Amino acid sequence: MSTVVDEIAYRQHLGTVEYTPKDFKAGIDVRWCAGCGGYSILAQVQRIMPTLGIPKEKIAFISGIGCSSRFPYYMDVFGVHSLHGRAIAIASGLKIARPDLSLWIATGDGDCMSIGGNHFIHACRRNVNLNILMFNNEVYSLTKGQYSPTSQQGQVTKSSPLGVLDDPFNPASLALGSGASFVARGYDGDPKYLQYLFERAAKHNGLAFVEIYTNCVIYNDGAFDLFTRKDTRNEHSVMLEHGKPLIFGDNKDKGIKLDGFTPTVVSLTDGKYSIDDLLVHNEQDSTLAFILANMTYNPVMPRPMGVFQAIERTTYEQKVEDQIAYYSGKPGAGKLENLLIDEDSWEIK
Amino acid sequence: MEKQVQYLEEAVIRFAGDSGDGMQLVGTLFSNTSGSIGNDVNTFPDYPSEIRAPEGTLYGVSAYQIQFGQKRVNTPGNKIDLLVAMNASSLKVNLPHVKKGGLIIVNSAGFDEKNLKLARYEKNPLEDNSLSDYQIVPINISSLVKEELKESQISPKYVDRTKNIFALGMTYWLYDRPLNHTEKWLEGKFRKKADILASNKQVLKAGWEFANKSEVFKTQFKIKRSDMEPGFYRNITGNNAAAIGLVVAAHKANMPLFLGSYPITPATEILHFISGYKEFKVKHLQAEDEIAGVCSAIGASYGGYLAATTTSGPGLSLKVEAIGLAVILELPLVIIDVQRGGPSTGLPTKPEQSDLLMAMYGRHGEAPLPIVAATSASDCFDMTIEAARIAIKYMTPVILLTDGYIAQGTNPWKIPNLDELPDLQPKFVTNPEGFAPYKRDPQTLARLWAIPGTQGLEHRIGGLEKEDITGLVSQDPANHQKMVNIRAKKIDGIANDISLAVVEGEQQGDLLILGWGGTYGAIKDAFDKLRSDGKKVSYCHLKHLNPFPKNLGHVLKSFSRVLIPELNTGQLKTLIRSTFLIDPIGLNKVQGLPLKAYEVEDKVNELLKEKE
Repeated sequence: MSTVVDEIAYRQHLGTVEYTPKDFKAGIDVRWCAGCGGYSILAQVQRIMPTLGIPKEKIAFISGIGCSSRFPYYMDVFGVHSLHGRAIAIASGLKIARPDLSLWIATGDGDCMSIGGNHFIHACRRNVNLNILMFNNEVYSLTKGQYSPTSQQGQVTKSSPLGVLDDPFNPASLALGSGASFVARGYDGDPKYLQYLFERAAKHNGLAFVEIYTNCVIYNDGAFDLFTRKDTRNEHSVMLEHGKPLIFGDNKDKGIKLDGFTPTVVSLTDGKYSIDDLLVHNEQDSTLAFILANMTYNPVMPRPMGVFQAIERTTYEQKVEDQIAYYSGKPGAGKLENLLIDEDSWEIK
Repeated sequence: MEKQVQYLEEAVIRFAGDSGDGMQLVGTLFSNTSGSIGNDVNTFPDYPSEIRAPEGTLYGVSAYQIQFGQKRVNTPGNKIDLLVAMNASSLKVNLPHVKKGGLIIVNSAGFDEKNLKLARYEKNPLEDNSLSDYQIVPINISSLVKEELKESQISPKYVDRTKNIFALGMTYWLYDRPLNHTEKWLEGKFRKKADILASNKQVLKAGWEFANKSEVFKTQFKIKRSDMEPGFYRNITGNNAAAIGLVVAAHKANMPLFLGSYPITPATEILHFISGYKEFKVKHLQAEDEIAGVCSAIGASYGGYLAATTTSGPGLSLKVEAIGLAVILELPLVIIDVQRGGPSTGLPTKPEQSDLLMAMYGRHGEAPLPIVAATSASDCFDMTIEAARIAIKYMTPVILLTDGYIAQGTNPWKIPNLDELPDLQPKFVTNPEGFAPYKRDPQTLARLWAIPGTQGLEHRIGGLEKEDITGLVSQDPANHQKMVNIRAKKIDGIANDISLAVVEGEQQGDLLILGWGGTYGAIKDAFDKLRSDGKKVSYCHLKHLNPFPKNLGHVLKSFSRVLIPELNTGQLKTLIRSTFLIDPIGLNKVQGLPLKAYEVEDKVNELLKEKE
């Protein structure tokens, strides 16, 4: 039996899907602060959308509350600007209902890891095919500058004038620990690489979590400078590339080597080690992904950027579809009379 | 021996035993058999909140009460005519509910030293004359089944477990019920276990024969069939009826169904049922928490599904923010709240009607939504359909209030003819011409609904106040006032689309009883009794709590006094007082127990006496 929803979900798109980035602009003013990292993320999303070959009506952006969560208003596709922390819960229901849709979540470190933390870890574990773009600025901005679950110890904010006491979440580790099948990190100032990550996320059949270091010019300006500025990033970050050794430094003169399970920085110029000794990244190795993610707050290690993990695992919504197909496909299945009248029924004549 | 036959209008029986004694099963079988021979039936299971309470203890007692009769039976009954007690604890716990002079069959094997100690009896009550107010019949059921099955190959442990079936057989003789309905059920249940099937059938028959031959049972009771409408029936719990109601509502709406839910007593069975309906292409998510339960349902609704979430009080507390979102998004959503005693964890397994004001007002901001309530187990089906109808037609979340009493009790449900149920199909917009997400149907004020996947209708909605018609974010003061008014007017307007309040008895006069939801049966019994005693009292029962039926003001003003019995401290009374500026009299009970007919009767008699 086909429903009114099937009629729309299975309808053929009329005309072409050859879009330009402009086709994804909603035509309303973007209201982020001048210099906000959000502008770059929005531009890169709009740039990759035409490359996906997905009809616009099949795309929806769901968000919670926070600066990043204004995102759906700026995209000319379907969208819901929902409740603080709840975007993933809403999108999970939508994806289970409508696996035909391409679903994107714009969220922040507070929205995703604090008030929405429970939904985040459970969506990761279920492997719902959602693309979660987490704008991490390590601060609550829309409420005007309180510390967030990714703020650093000692960080001075309006609600921590004497310094933050909490240990921060490491978002990549949290995602991996919760079972996310695709986990990556990028930053707002590298448009090409963000486009690459967004395309990878879109094409990944499963939950894709992309943490984006996003500069908040007002409440946490320069928080990621060390890892993002041209003059410092080569020495303080390392790019993860599948199948390639981990090399970094201004002169590509340093590498990461595994000592047992412990990654260490080695010099490639002192004659002790060569490229062959270095750790080679493998996106399908989930043990390695943990090791790399755990380098994040280690002060003597470069900050890892890129795709930590990309593994294929059956999505939750696919399992729902399979279960339904199995049970509704049995002979005599789906007859409402059998639901209404059971073995205990009787007839009064 | 010559047996007497006595005809009864109705009877109340209760099976009571240890949690593992199978009392719920024989209660269900007895009520199904009674339904199948044309009696009206109303049941209530009474079991401990502990999962496996220690054997033989007072708090491990599980019971199942059934009222069955020739006339309409509205409640599981008050005082018990026959108690079957399998051990000392079950006798002690249930004795206060037995009528003076009532019949008590006890399994004397359940009164050994250990059992008496667990039941905190100092002396054996079967021997100390303390039960002289009752007709007490001690039978060693344990040894009778042992004797009966001495040839059988099944294990001694299993032999002992057939005690309940033996007791059931005795009650079938006592109330002249046939064995075939139960035999058929056993055949289905033990299709693959021939020896167990044979033993159960043999023991059922033996119970019946024992009562027939025994000299202690001198009278057989007969209850004529009631004049129920022809058709198919089944005994159904409120939770089962609600689950089936959701599937049928989706079918009538030609929409797929989604349930987002989190386990909570006493609503969980709805999730259990729905999760087994995969053959009907029903989707569900057992969410990580109550909030995700409702939020996933909102997501599915946004995708064009008939979406529902099921919960009980504490869960509703957690869902209220999301329900407010559904109010401003103007998306259909069915929220079933199986009320239990509160506040906080309160009385998880006990009924109360104390969520009415939360349903009405429990959201920040001006966030009105329709509220409906079910009157009985089987009415949970009708009211689920009604909630879905209103939700889809008016693009709004709807709260259906049931309670732990009707959710787990049963009464016969006349299986409906699906063709006679209303068509609930939504009108999805597919034409981009002139579309705006907050354009409205001038009649219902429901906004236009365009679901993802509809080419050319891409649009954004959200929790920020939106501009009239366009749905764009708007902070404009006049627009906010306008939108608040529109949302309220849309809900108020539903009053034109629901049944009028019906008054039983005189249409005007001195005293009106006004009830709502799950107390219907008790109030109706009281009302019928009062009327047959010649008392001048009228009765009106509400199933629509917001908006109220549009004639309700007129109804209330046609009486000098209005009595509102409810299982809370006066929540409907508060609503009625503030809406209609009258001062009703409350009959308020908050004991975690259902309302009893005699309580209403006594209150009405007291009020009538005041006037004399």
